[in-house]
Amino acid sequence: MPLDSHEVEKIAHLARLAVRTEDVPEYATNLSNILTLMAQMDSVDTAGVTPMAHPLDMPQRLRADQATESNQRELFQSIAPQVDAGLYLVPKVIE
Amino acid sequence: MHNKTIAELAAGLRAGEFSSEELTQAYLDRIERLDASLNSFITVTADAALQAARAADARLARGDAAPLTGIPIAHKDIFCTKGVRTSCGSRMLDNFIAPYNATVAEKLAAAGAVMLGKTNMDEFAMGSSNETSFYGPVCNPWNTGTVPGGSSGGSAAAVAAHLTPAATGTDTGGSIRQPAALCGITGLKPTYGRVSRYGMIAFASSLDQGGPMARSAEDAALMLAAMAGFDPKDSTSVDQPVPDYSRALNDSVEGLKIGLPKEFFDQGLDSGVARVIEAAVDEFKKLGAEVCEVSLPNSGLSVPTYYVVAPAECSSNLSRFDGVRFGYRCENPVDLEDLYKRSRGEGFGAEVKRRIMIGTYALSAGYYDAYYLKAQQIRRLISDDFRQAFERVDVIVGPTTPTPAFKLGEKFNDPVTMYLSDIFTIACNLAGLPGMSVPAGFVNGLPVGLQIIGNYFAEDRLLNVAHRYQQVTDWHQRQPSGYE
Repeated sequence: MPLDSHEVEKIAHLARLAVRTEDVPEYATNLSNILTLMAQMDSVDTAGVTPMAHPLDMPQRLRADQATESNQRELFQSIAPQVDAGLYLVPKVIE
Repeated sequence: MHNKTIAELAAGLRAGEFSSEELTQAYLDRIERLDASLNSFITVTADAALQAARAADARLARGDAAPLTGIPIAHKDIFCTKGVRTSCGSRMLDNFIAPYNATVAEKLAAAGAVMLGKTNMDEFAMGSSNETSFYGPVCNPWNTGTVPGGSSGGSAAAVAAHLTPAATGTDTGGSIRQPAALCGITGLKPTYGRVSRYGMIAFASSLDQGGPMARSAEDAALMLAAMAGFDPKDSTSVDQPVPDYSRALNDSVEGLKIGLPKEFFDQGLDSGVARVIEAAVDEFKKLGAEVCEVSLPNSGLSVPTYYVVAPAECSSNLSRFDGVRFGYRCENPVDLEDLYKRSRGEGFGAEVKRRIMIGTYALSAGYYDAYYLKAQQIRRLISDDFRQAFERVDVIVGPTTPTPAFKLGEKFNDPVTMYLSDIFTIACNLAGLPGMSVPAGFVNGLPVGLQIIGNYFAEDRLLNVAHRYQQVTDWHQRQPSGYE
């Protein structure tokens, strides 16, 4: 199923990816080729097959809801693009 | 010194023939002198390495050294290393100084291994040629006009060129085994859950697994022993004891049942590679192994299945890179959406963006059943094929890759052709099984890898089979010219 430029732009928006307009046709071609590869899956009947989400079919392990890590905010914020007074800064969201 | 095995180096350190500091300096000198031709390292941590080497020397002098104490290693730049840039081969993390250690880094450091630096890789481990790295491609030491494979291409090239005795790698669809094959080294992808994923930057969480890359099965066993084990910080880590991988290495393989999957020998396999694999199988027969044909009828669907599962999981995992808390941020964002979109658009390379978009599409409303659910069902069929095969055989043996190393640039602009380089390795990841690649010969001067696949948690058996093969062959001891 080939994707057109409009669909590529929509997917890029959903993925929050800026894609240059001049690159869109190439993405459309490559992504369409990948979808053609994926379509090979249709050659096998999977009716009634239980989906496999985990390679060992194990449930997710849970732990007690207790704090195990100490607060390292200053260390983590030392590598942030922009912080002030312990807060991560982003462009104004609310007028 | 740089041609010794880890076991020989460990013995030399204990006998006082050389210190870890001298050994580490010798490897740092080799990196300095030779890596310009390979680009296998992104970051060399010379000062920290020498400091760790001196600490290892003190530990050796005290007599409480572990097998890897004082042995230099390198980490794929996907493992977080506290205080050291951890780039994942991406512009997105070019400025990321990891604030904590991956469990694998922590465990190897605790064992006394000395980190020389961080190795180059395909961006976010997405690639089979190491050409998607923000830091430029890595060259294969056997022929610098060819690729080293990927995504752990820097680790593979560095080990092959004797710039480090061993390195870590990660394998989501073949990223340890495929570069190990193309560079003529020994690589092992453990069972899913055997090695902690904590601090290993996530690509596809149900497939990713870290493992050792070394020059022999014996060395890989020493590395894996230090890397494996339960980790409460990884919710998919399996709580099972780690066997002594070195102890079973010399066990006899007489009567070992080897299955050859007929689908791996169909058209598409290079005839030279086929001859190498047949010769390797003959060696196992001489060692007393029994060989029979097995079938993995759904393995041909592993590539399309993988290219649904892996991108879907990557589109979710990589949503954390948003330009807010760490990593790359675009200049002068006009609003929050612009900040997200341009930080991600400029921070990620083309292949990463392709995979995020494919994954986003496959998971978007209305397509889930047709893609992700269908892929999970085929994943079950592929896994069942292996289960049935392992009722009859102990290990499955075949080629690691359909061809030896290809030329730089040859497949770079054709993603689907590139994806097919992993046609023999992906099924293992989908099933969660352990797999190895060991050097088995050459085609036109380029190494060929023999893949050995085992049942769940049979890493000891794989290492044993590989070691016995390496006792009667010397392919793993060949060295690329110019890097002796």
